[in-house]
Amino acid sequence: MSQQFNDYPEVTFHPDHSGGTGKIWKIFWVLSILTIIELGLGYFLYAKQAELGYAAVLSTKVAIAILTLAKAYYIVSVFMHLGDEIRNFIMTIVVPLVLFVWFIIAFLADGSSWKNLRNTRGGSRVDQTEQVQPESKHK
Amino acid sequence: MGATTIPAGTKWWSGGKSPFNVNYGKVMMWYFLMSDAFTFGAFLISYGTIRFSVNHWADPNHVFNAFPFAGHANLPLAFVSLMTFILIFSSVTMVLAVHEGHKMNRKGVEKYMILTILGGIAFLSCQAWEWTHLITGDHAVLVNGHIEHWGTTVTKNPWGPEVMFNGQEVATPGPIAFGGYFFGITGFHGFHVFSGVVINVVMYIKTKLGHFDQRGHYEMIEKAGLYWHFVDLVWVFVFLCFYLV
Repeated sequence: MSQQFNDYPEVTFHPDHSGGTGKIWKIFWVLSILTIIELGLGYFLYAKQAELGYAAVLSTKVAIAILTLAKAYYIVSVFMHLGDEIRNFIMTIVVPLVLFVWFIIAFLADGSSWKNLRNTRGGSRVDQTEQVQPESKHK
Repeated sequence: MGATTIPAGTKWWSGGKSPFNVNYGKVMMWYFLMSDAFTFGAFLISYGTIRFSVNHWADPNHVFNAFPFAGHANLPLAFVSLMTFILIFSSVTMVLAVHEGHKMNRKGVEKYMILTILGGIAFLSCQAWEWTHLITGDHAVLVNGHIEHWGTTVTKNPWGPEVMFNGQEVATPGPIAFGGYFFGITGFHGFHVFSGVVINVVMYIKTKLGHFDQRGHYEMIEKAGLYWHFVDLVWVFVFLCFYLV
């Protein structure tokens, strides 16, 4: 065991730092390859956006988002060494972030709802709004 | 690197030790970063909400297609990929500095801190170029029946839907929120990069002065490293939300 953390008596068990840099470089390559795949999908969207249907575009974008989450996992777990901490500590960081699941779904749905309301003049009553016009003959 | 071996049946909450097996400073850095993640998350989700609420949004492949010294060549994603790889690589040099710190190797820490600082400066320079290009670049826009030339700013968005005008396709003004969100979020991230560079410079000087050798550990490098990796982590999501999708 190395000498470090001697100033921190509250830290009971010390991580094993005897390993080499192999894992760091491995993760570097993993991140690079994931980024290159993301870019490949990005160029695919750029080249084919006109021909692709809504579902194909959306699923490509979701695939890119999943690759991004994989990159985030590797950065946090290996580069930030969170994977080497004890489980209790990992959970105090990760569990609050679950709020993002609700946050993303709720707010994107809200934005999408606003778009629909605008496009349909405040709801699903486009037909009725148009039918109101002839009533002006009362004048 | 490497896992911590914990004996089974350890009583974490019986007192006399950190229940998380981490010292105070590192715990607080993690909780600060978690709150910062919520700040960035709120910004990005707000951007997503507005983007989902309009019929037309600026096409990133069209807006971000320039490269320094490449003139008007159409190179979508190229410059931002360079920025992404710069940041990933500076993250690697940072984790190597932390690794050398574990080994109590001062020269190694100094070398990798310098490389990390250079990576941060390179990223900031790229961002400065990108912003300048966007703000000063002129684009023809059809405003009230005549053509104006606009840059991309927080009040002007020349990337709206294209219409026919005098037999030519010309853009109309797009949603004004585009510039505000782009400059606001990449600016907030850029400011994090800047403060990360400042922190890293301070850590480099303290390493050089031998402060960590006197203290007997290089844990300050680890805490600075956490912040620096977080900056890279946020960029991964900014890259996704503004440039890729």
